Amino acid sequence: MLSRLAAPRTRAALLLIGATLLAGCTDGPWNNPNPDSPPGLVTYQSVMTPLPPKHLDPALSYAADESLFLMQIYEPPMGYHYLKRPYELLPLGVEDFPQITYINAEGEIIDPQAEDVAYSVYELTVRADARYQPHPAFALDDRGAPRYLFKDASESRPYRQISDFPELGSRPVTANDYVYAIKRLADPFNASPMLGFMAQYIVGMEDFSARLKDVPRDGWVNLDDYRMDGLEVVDDRTFRITIKGRYPQFSYWLAMHFFSPIAPEVDRFFHNPGFLDRNLTLDWWPVGSGPFMMVKNDPNSEIVLERNPNFREDYFPTEGAPGDAEQGLLEDAGKRLPLIDRAVFRLEKEVLSLWTKFLQGYYDRSGESHGNTNRVFDQAFVVGPNGVELGAELASHGITVSPDVKPAIYYYGFNMRDPVLGGYTEERRKLRRALQIAFDTEEYLKIFYKGNGIPAQSPIPPGIPGFVEGEAGINPYVYDWVDGAPKRKSIEHAKQLLTEAGYPNGRDARTGEPLKIFIDVQSQAISSTSMNWMDRAFGRIGVQVEYRPADWNRTREKLLTGNTQIFSHGWLADYPDPENFLFLLYGPESPLICNCDGANNASYERPEYDDLFRQMRVLPAGEERDALVARMVDLYREDAVWLYGFYPKDIYLNNPWVHNNKRHGISKNTLKYVRIDDDLRERKREEWNQPVIWPLYAMSALLVALLLPGIIAYRRRLRATARQ
Amino acid sequence: MFAYIVRRLIYAIPILVGVNLLTFTLFFVVNSPDDMAASQLGDKYVTPEAIENWKQKNGYDKPLFLNPDAAGVAQITDTIFFDKSVRLFAFDFGRSESGRDITTDVATRMWPSLAVALPTFLVGIGVNICVALMVVMFRGTRLDRGAVFVFVALMSISYLFYIIGGQFLVAKTWRLVPISGFHTEGQVWKFLILPVLVGVVAGIGAGARWYRTLFLEEANQDYVRTARAKGCSELSILFRHILPNALIPILTGVVVLIPSLFMGSLLIESFFGIPGLGSYMLDAINSQDFAIVRSMVFIGSILYIIGLLLTDISYTWADPRVRLS
Repeated sequence: MLSRLAAPRTRAALLLIGATLLAGCTDGPWNNPNPDSPPGLVTYQSVMTPLPPKHLDPALSYAADESLFLMQIYEPPMGYHYLKRPYELLPLGVEDFPQITYINAEGEIIDPQAEDVAYSVYELTVRADARYQPHPAFALDDRGAPRYLFKDASESRPYRQISDFPELGSRPVTANDYVYAIKRLADPFNASPMLGFMAQYIVGMEDFSARLKDVPRDGWVNLDDYRMDGLEVVDDRTFRITIKGRYPQFSYWLAMHFFSPIAPEVDRFFHNPGFLDRNLTLDWWPVGSGPFMMVKNDPNSEIVLERNPNFREDYFPTEGAPGDAEQGLLEDAGKRLPLIDRAVFRLEKEVLSLWTKFLQGYYDRSGESHGNTNRVFDQAFVVGPNGVELGAELASHGITVSPDVKPAIYYYGFNMRDPVLGGYTEERRKLRRALQIAFDTEEYLKIFYKGNGIPAQSPIPPGIPGFVEGEAGINPYVYDWVDGAPKRKSIEHAKQLLTEAGYPNGRDARTGEPLKIFIDVQSQAISSTSMNWMDRAFGRIGVQVEYRPADWNRTREKLLTGNTQIFSHGWLADYPDPENFLFLLYGPESPLICNCDGANNASYERPEYDDLFRQMRVLPAGEERDALVARMVDLYREDAVWLYGFYPKDIYLNNPWVHNNKRHGISKNTLKYVRIDDDLRERKREEWNQPVIWPLYAMSALLVALLLPGIIAYRRRLRATARQ
Repeated sequence: MFAYIVRRLIYAIPILVGVNLLTFTLFFVVNSPDDMAASQLGDKYVTPEAIENWKQKNGYDKPLFLNPDAAGVAQITDTIFFDKSVRLFAFDFGRSESGRDITTDVATRMWPSLAVALPTFLVGIGVNICVALMVVMFRGTRLDRGAVFVFVALMSISYLFYIIGGQFLVAKTWRLVPISGFHTEGQVWKFLILPVLVGVVAGIGAGARWYRTLFLEEANQDYVRTARAKGCSELSILFRHILPNALIPILTGVVVLIPSLFMGSLLIESFFGIPGLGSYMLDAINSQDFAIVRSMVFIGSILYIIGLLLTDISYTWADPRVRLS
């Protein structure tokens, strides 16, 4: 055997294998999953979870995971201050705040406070220094004609990805690009999720959409050839949007990616014959004027962004919220943005892999749209005397924590049209309040969400005007203010309410039948343990529960038809205004009234609330508006519309070399503020990832130990005589 | 043989139609085109017009199987089923619900799948056969009985355990290889070591036990005794006599899998972050992307049929007495 090992061919093969393995092991830690970054560029390493983005066209995308990329590449007209709270709206792609002119039905300009506002005209001026990223769509030939326009698919065949186009061009962003983008929202061919909603406001959008339905689609359709009444290009840098009536929240919509500028030549470029078959589309290769540009889009593995060399001058804010300076969030004040050169987002589907790579230092943060710490909570945190703290391993790594209470609410709502639980009589209110008290939200969050949530006292989450802290902010029907904190009312009180509602000890006083409630749950979103917990919670007041699990499609169907008694739902804010939450209870938003996918799934209808909502919606921020919001919250509490609700909290972890980690609940264009200490990262990675070699020796020894007896026995058998 | 192959290919057509019909029916029993549109458009502000626009854009605005408004053959042809199925037979898989070209995606993703599946398959067969032959050499001894016990134990352990255990020990605790990932810039092999190792180790129990059974049947044949009487070495008996004679059942189980290697492994790819066709299918199911699911089932069916055909052909190579007719 040994003589065979010594044979020249075997020796050469072993040497080759050894050399190959060693060659691969010399370049940094063995377990480094990241390819080498281009030298001299600071690369931010992050993740996309659990699925890659489906759409990156600002007209089509409506998901936070997708917005993460779009908002780095595009600059919509408006944006948000990175540090200040409550959230502060700022001009982003335009010079200044929109100049709003109010017009009556006769077309006359009227006072902003006037009652008879028929239209609001928003005039915006594009920044003079806004310029698109270098892109082949802007490349021109010697005669000034587009360089890459192909007659047929065979001509375009050599170009399989954007990097295959050798010539690039750029140009300033114009007012028409913003107008073109809004027309794309209205083009029925794009099937934008915003069309139905925005058509209610932007003048002429519906007609424009109807006209385009009949336009033949055998190539690029230049939307500039079609007029939309509510849009006007005043000059190269100025444009106007006319909306119906008064809708102050429209300024917030202008901060969303739907309103990002799209150059018509980019749209034309991506309509080149054969491009669609190679996934060369605007939906996969966004082209914008923001701080970063996309250089690689492999949704199966990674998306790479690089600094846009044409990005305008933008600087780190010099002011922040109270406490920001103390936390070092103003250390980079006044510095030119962005602070990194590249960002790589790798697809990670499994938490174990993501978490391990984060702890090994190969990801800079634990997540982007999600903190990804819920499933590894016990590994990451310990309960100390001051509440939840980082575990020893993480603390020794210098990892920092960024808690983020999202501008969102998760809730279980009552169907207000239900014959048992719904209705507006005092008995029904008491019945619902009894159930609200029995559902111990604090305990529920502690057990099932590791405490990552704040029990909701109203539909409006923290950070949004209308959210009230302290004693004044509690729901007095469910809580008392005791020793400086809200305390849930007692089960005895809930039982008393139940008796007054006609259900003493949980039984119908007229029939003697036990009260049974039905909860529609999404099968994937609830565990049997949480159902057991709810059984016990309602059992304390003698109420029985039956669950009706279904997938999201069936649950949605039930909500649309009102075929539910208690349902679960959630809402993530589009913009930081109480209107964006209070409309969840606005009567006409009930799916049963609008015959649409309305947001008022509880079908709450109270004329007073609806009147207040209509008034509040058109009022500017101020005391008058705050009073209306407070009254609407009172009505919600009085009518006990939702069984319970909580504001979800997410915990993001950052490796010690990542700076400027303040989370922004609404805006996603915060990548430009991130700073990385590259030297520290390299040192820590080396330190944390020294391979443990002994298992290799141990495994080799084990293999020999397993093979050797066999070889010995085999040789003995070969040498044995027939008799043996 | 040519006539046989042509006949088998013709038989494949009704099988593919049936598979397609079944997939289509099952998918639309739980998922209407409206559901698909709503899930693609997101949860907010989804108006009936938006749903109609989406259906029209993606070709889901027709009846499923029968169009009563159409006349003549169009009652059948002017339907979602016909529209979506006929194109498959021309290998035009169309676009996913999110707009990507499926053929391009499949062509890109099959290489990472192969990069993991092929070495796992080849190394796995090699290891299993060697282990099984070694155990057969010691048949009837305590070593044989112990090996069978170990095989059964290995078979009883969940595949997930091998994956998570392997990741935990090799990648997390010992830091020898990356825990997951895949990229073609540089050292691809370091991403393959762990998934291949896990795939091979997880397959030893079932594989080696099965091969052992096959080889044991052959080991008791007269020709083996004759070879031994002639003075052949044990190694020569195992590899030159027993192995070739046990090839037919081995080929039955193995060759059919070869084309399917392109399809990848759902679990391995998902856990190790391999951007192959297995995870493509899994993502499509999760995001209710019927276009991808339908195409992948169709491709899977074709590859399986090709696998069966190759198996038949391989018999003639393994055993010259076999004739296809």
